[in-house]
Amino acid sequence: MAEVLVLVEHDGGQPKKVTAELLTLARHMGEPSAVFLGGEGTYEKAKSFLAEYGPAKIYIGESAEFDDFVVAPKAEVLAQLVATTSARAVLVASSPETREVAARAAVKAGGGVLWDTTDVTGDLVATQGIFGGSTIVTSHVKSGTPFLAVRPNSTSIEPGSGAGVEERIELSISDAAKVAKVLDRVVEAKSGRPELTEAAVVVSGGRGLGAAEGFEVVEKLADSLGAAVGASRAATDAGWYPHQNQVGQTGKTVSPQLYIALGISGAIQHRAGMQTSKTIVAVNKDPEAPIFELADFGVVGDLFNVAPQLTDEVTKRKG
Amino acid sequence: MNIVVTVKQVPDTWAEKKLDPSTMTTDRKNVDNVMNEMDEYGVEEALRIKEAHGGEVTILTMGPEKAVEAIRKALSMGADKAVHLTDESLAGSDAILTSAALAAAIKTLEADIVITSAEASDARGGVMGALLAEQLGLPQLTLARKVTVDPEAKKVTIERQTENGYATAEASMPLVVGVVEKINEPRYPSFKGIMAAKKKPMTVLSASDLGLASVGLDASTTAVDSAEPRPPKSAGQIVKDEGDGGTKVADFLASQKLI
Ligand SMILES: Cc1cc2nc3c(=O)[nH]c(=O)nc-3n(C[C@H](O)[C@H](O)[C@H](O)COP(=O)(O)OP(=O)(O)OC[C@H]3O[C@@H](n4cnc5c(N)ncnc54)[C@H](O)[C@@H]3O)c2cc1C
Ligand SMILES: Nc1ncnc2c1ncn2[C@@H]1O[C@H](COP(=O)(O)O)[C@@H](O)[C@H]1O
Repeated sequence: MAEVLVLVEHDGGQPKKVTAELLTLARHMGEPSAVFLGGEGTYEKAKSFLAEYGPAKIYIGESAEFDDFVVAPKAEVLAQLVATTSARAVLVASSPETREVAARAAVKAGGGVLWDTTDVTGDLVATQGIFGGSTIVTSHVKSGTPFLAVRPNSTSIEPGSGAGVEERIELSISDAAKVAKVLDRVVEAKSGRPELTEAAVVVSGGRGLGAAEGFEVVEKLADSLGAAVGASRAATDAGWYPHQNQVGQTGKTVSPQLYIALGISGAIQHRAGMQTSKTIVAVNKDPEAPIFELADFGVVGDLFNVAPQLTDEVTKRKG
Repeated sequence: MNIVVTVKQVPDTWAEKKLDPSTMTTDRKNVDNVMNEMDEYGVEEALRIKEAHGGEVTILTMGPEKAVEAIRKALSMGADKAVHLTDESLAGSDAILTSAALAAAIKTLEADIVITSAEASDARGGVMGALLAEQLGLPQLTLARKVTVDPEAKKVTIERQTENGYATAEASMPLVVGVVEKINEPRYPSFKGIMAAKKKPMTVLSASDLGLASVGLDASTTAVDSAEPRPPKSAGQIVKDEGDGGTKVADFLASQKLI
């Protein structure tokens, strides 16, 4: 059976949920192999996670150079691996950095790249929501190896039973791939909450919060639901919440089971990042706010009354 | 310093966007078009670098004849000149072919810094900076929320936005910089700027001027097979808060088995 490469999406070795989604999806296309590229000694953290989702093989490349230089080393090694394995396709997570890796690797390998796909069939036909999700297209890569970047949270995970045979990659990273040097990495937002793009529930706040302190209401509701916290650009621009939490065209794209928008008007740029959420709830005091066009359930009212009551109700019903 | 900024013309953000059913590519004819909003940040950053360190800012656009409107907007912000790559044969080029064509044009411009913005509002690929770096064999400093230029050392340092913070990254010129919208506040064109833009030099290039042979829809590495409008969402239930809004949401969530 043809090999399908799945690039492991991870944070310092710790795989993200989307990796399991990609491995599940890859099983319909051929024999999935995981590709782990990370810093020295980081694979250890990925081992048991990968075993659970059963790739046939696991290619492992560990080198400080993956973290020390921007994108190019990963792209180079991934393209080399595509050549040596004659892979049928490559699946990656549609995150900003990984999309860049896939695009560069596709050029090197003489393939094509499709991003933000929400499904891929066994025949490698991809589904994408374009124009902010208003149009659904199917598309395919017509020459060379397809590199398909899949949006997190769009596949339901199933465990797998592949052997997970480990194979170390003989790394040879060219000097040309080592020209944009990373000097330092700074973690700004560590909250203990689930990560925005992976969370099953997202609670977001906008200008309606009125001040940074207003986000307490959002955080309390989020914590009662085990949710991630998002924000509109109006809120991040005002400095009320970190930019990493911005949802929208120039922030993160999320498609959780449940998205709750508090004091967000629903500008087109905001919608572009949350429109594909399965269920949308909105609280806004303006009955004309465009967010209500998207909402499965909306409350016209003051979020400072509605949200705390909801938090109490959720806590009560859970307890 | 030669700074080249890529600028794309896209359908207006609020316009109802459609695919042309004959080519399955974005319909750019029957819609109002504007300069991609994000590219304003790229132009602004280029102008700031020029104002601080001297140099010349060249706008580069690939697109149909009327993309000249986007070029004029960028020139009216203060860029010095423009290159418009336009040719029927280029229509329908996908991201990889577009990057090859833009790269061929950039090679004629002796750029020290190439600036792209993170994303165009029509295709939302967010990969052009990476692709240009690949095609040109130049360092990639994309997703930059802050850019610092050292003209003596010919170095650029950026803060690269990451999933949970940022990375400081550095490279030598020539290089490709990609900017995100947190980087600056783009200026509005002044009346003087708008008048001056009409007289600024513009070079028009065809595919054959750059020796580009395999381009356009047929040569693209990707193809769209079908397009459907998203099935309309059944209208949601909107209630007015009568002091029990939170409880009503909880009831709804429970009915959907979400809590
Ligand atoms: C290039 C570009 C990129 C952009 N990218 C993004 C992006 O990625 N993400 C993004 O979100 N935006 C983005 N924007 C900005 C976008 O256009 C909007 O300006 C922004 O989303 C508005 O945020 P908001 O809904 O919080 O604020 P507003 O539009 O001001 O809405 C606030 C809402 O809160 C309601 N409200 C006020 N008080 C209360 C209360 N007590 N109770 C209940 N409701 C209340 C009001 O009725 C109003 O509807 C972008 C814009 C540009 C030009
Ligand atoms: N046809 C084009 N002409 C000029 N610049 C472009 C073109 N296509 C993309 N770009 C640049 O690449 C950026 C990202 O585009 P994209 O990868 O399509 O989202 C845009 O904001 C532009 O700066």
